Amino acid sequence: MARLKLPVPPVPPALKPRPARPGTGNGRVGPLDQAAEAGITVVDWIDERTSLSGGLRWMLFRKVPKGTNWFYTLGSAAMFAFLSQAVTGVFLAMYYDPSPTHAYESIRYVTNEAFLGEFVRGMHKWGSTVMVILVFLHMGRTFFWGAYKYPRELNWVIGVVLLIMTMTMSFTGYLLPFDQRSYWATIVGVNINGTGPLIGPYLSDFLRAGPEFGATTLSRFYAIHMMLVPGLIAALIGAHLYLVAKLGTTAPPWIKAKPDERLTESEV
Amino acid sequence: MNQREKEQYLREYAILKSQGKPFFPYAVAKDSAMAAIVLVVIIVLSIVLGAEMGPKADPTTTTYVPRPEWYFFFLFELLRVIKPPQFVPLATIGVPTICMILLFLLPFYDRSPERRPERRPIATAAGIFTIAAMAFLTYLGASAGSPNEIDMKPPAGLKGAALGEWNRGKLVAAQSGCLACHKIGENGNDGPGPHLTNIGSVLPESAIAQTLRNPTAPMPSFQTLAETQPQKFQALVSFLGQLR
Repeated sequence: MARLKLPVPPVPPALKPRPARPGTGNGRVGPLDQAAEAGITVVDWIDERTSLSGGLRWMLFRKVPKGTNWFYTLGSAAMFAFLSQAVTGVFLAMYYDPSPTHAYESIRYVTNEAFLGEFVRGMHKWGSTVMVILVFLHMGRTFFWGAYKYPRELNWVIGVVLLIMTMTMSFTGYLLPFDQRSYWATIVGVNINGTGPLIGPYLSDFLRAGPEFGATTLSRFYAIHMMLVPGLIAALIGAHLYLVAKLGTTAPPWIKAKPDERLTESEV
Repeated sequence: MNQREKEQYLREYAILKSQGKPFFPYAVAKDSAMAAIVLVVIIVLSIVLGAEMGPKADPTTTTYVPRPEWYFFFLFELLRVIKPPQFVPLATIGVPTICMILLFLLPFYDRSPERRPERRPIATAAGIFTIAAMAFLTYLGASAGSPNEIDMKPPAGLKGAALGEWNRGKLVAAQSGCLACHKIGENGNDGPGPHLTNIGSVLPESAIAQTLRNPTAPMPSFQTLAETQPQKFQALVSFLGQLR
């Protein structure tokens, strides 16, 4: 098996550190040597207590099958978009006030006054569009290439839950700026939910925090948007990734497996 | 897939995997490049398109069109395509619910071992049809005209105070975005709400006011408008009552 070799930095030979000649040192390790090895020592110390290196090696040095191409980056790109949403969302939450009287003002402050405020808010707003598109593209790739079939059925189901969670995020986030557009779109959206079968009316009441759109509706949407659903998404991405690493990513469906030549029948 | 097909798949997959490359650094490099592209796209979108804000939410007026984020257009348009009122619940939740259930259970009813798209004609066709339908509905939603203008002449014989009232009512109806879901004469969208062109001859004004206060979902209620600005509400009711 070929070993990974790190390229040697282009240092002139005269500057390269020379190993000590045998017999010159007295065999003791001085503090200078310890300092040089500090990084390794710390990692060793942590690994001795957690055994993380095994899991890391399992995750990083697993093989991806032959034929893996750029379409296989869509899932990780969607996850990256989620991380970007999480980071920009934290900064927005530092300024946001989820009360009907102050919400609009706080967003106005972020947009017009805060340092880079409009930029970060724009990233969050357009990041949601990018994330939805990436999730759909990732799903399309999985669907058309039959990647949801045995043994990856469970991962497909988790993925569908993640899709619904993503849509929930954009629905609950749409209300938060609390301008006319978001307010009335949310009223209609919640009313639409209410026409659903069986759980429809209960879902609407839960979202509105009562039969009418009231003072606590906004904080409820805020809590769902920044605690409940992101937590679920993060946990489900973890499960999704674990299954990907355990079962392996699929190969494109038209790639045929050729057994090793040394194992063909004529030579066995 | 039966047991033999499962084992065959796992065998072939093991061979493909053994011929592949390690995740780190090969796949990680591709993923990182893609992540960088995603970040650049988000930043460019943010700089170019910005994050504009509309006027502050005001529950007492309904002067804004309820318009969702663009990737919900296809759900919103589903309401318009399916018109009869008894089917509206089907459009709002029925169809999406069924689609969700079909999506969840996909690996359990599609159990054939075949994975190549060109050898799974039903699945591929269904997928392409779904994408085309969603794209078409999104296009419909994006190209729907502004529902904030009503272009029509007052009925003949309307003079003085009555004409002023009629014009005020027309303005309220336009600002409230009624046309997003209703058709008045040549204006507005054909559904999901019923036509209002002749609503005055179908319902008396008292019934119109009652419906505005306590509408059938998904229409928003005008109860707050009736309480806070009764003149506006009255103008709206009399405008609608004169549509014959």
